[in-house]
Amino acid sequence: MMIWIIIGMAVVTAIPRFLPAFIINQAKFPKWVDRWLNAIPYAALGALIFPGIVSVKPEAPQIGVIAALFAILLAWLNVNIIGVVLGAIVAVFLMTL
Amino acid sequence: MQSQIAGASQGSNRLHMIRRGTIAGFPIMLGYLPVSLTYGVLAGQSGMTNMELTLMSVLVFAGAAQFLAVSMVAAGTGAVEIIIATFVLNFRHFVMSLSFMNRLRNIALKAKIPLSLGLTDETFTVSTLYRKEAKETHGSWFYAALILTAYFSWVGGSYLGGVLGDVMPSRLSESMGIALYAMFIGLLIPSIRKHYRIAIIAVLAMIINFLCQWWGMNQGWAIVLGTLIGGLSGIWVLADEEEEL
Repeated sequence: MMIWIIIGMAVVTAIPRFLPAFIINQAKFPKWVDRWLNAIPYAALGALIFPGIVSVKPEAPQIGVIAALFAILLAWLNVNIIGVVLGAIVAVFLMTL
Repeated sequence: MQSQIAGASQGSNRLHMIRRGTIAGFPIMLGYLPVSLTYGVLAGQSGMTNMELTLMSVLVFAGAAQFLAVSMVAAGTGAVEIIIATFVLNFRHFVMSLSFMNRLRNIALKAKIPLSLGLTDETFTVSTLYRKEAKETHGSWFYAALILTAYFSWVGGSYLGGVLGDVMPSRLSESMGIALYAMFIGLLIPSIRKHYRIAIIAVLAMIINFLCQWWGMNQGWAIVLGTLIGGLSGIWVLADEEEEL
């Protein structure tokens, strides 16, 4: 039973991932669509960060927000991304002591 | 002789791309390990065997969907519901893949297909922030190395989590839930520092995603809408920065 759930999940995850490889090979987009697609990474990052961040500690949403602000500060100070990740983990850990 | 030299430099160039891709994938590995460990622990607790929970990571390779599936399995939900929920949640990768593949036009279709299968929120955003590699020779090796670094840390972490069970202190694993968000922030901020207007795109996507979920929309579709409509603002926001992007 479990194996069929896994295979089903794999199929419905794979199809949306690889279909664009064929679509792109067929089509040449007008400039504005290119710009739209170029903006997708930034839009996706935005949508992935918020409101998800408040659910890091569902019972204490401020912890996720404070850790995020700390991560923004570190990133703004040009700290390497690994430092940003570790800094945020330490911040959450200390806040939940 | 001539061709030997060319061959050697081509080989080292490929190796160079693989090395660079692995380094670029390192932050993802750091973000994935704690999360995949947590996934493995939870999946084990929900009654999945180590083989099943690792196989899910091997074949599905989609964090949020796997967490959702585990909680649905634990709640005794049926297979069809789990598969539909996975589809809805992961459909956002269609949008991301479209954007990614558009940038990879120079790369052959036979390389594009396996690369597309390794697309996650994290591998997508990291690789699209490395734009110039798509135009370099052996660029596909760069992206392949990046994706495989992420993939193996996800699969390995899942298995370890299943084996370790409850060994990891829960407060530590919970603190690590911030890791991927911190990585997203660490990816977004340098772009915003370069072009402040990029913040408009990200904030718009945030607001749309938040409002959609506020109105009770499913999280997966809310992210799709936030990404698509937020990204639409790029048509105007990015207009005069096109060359650099």
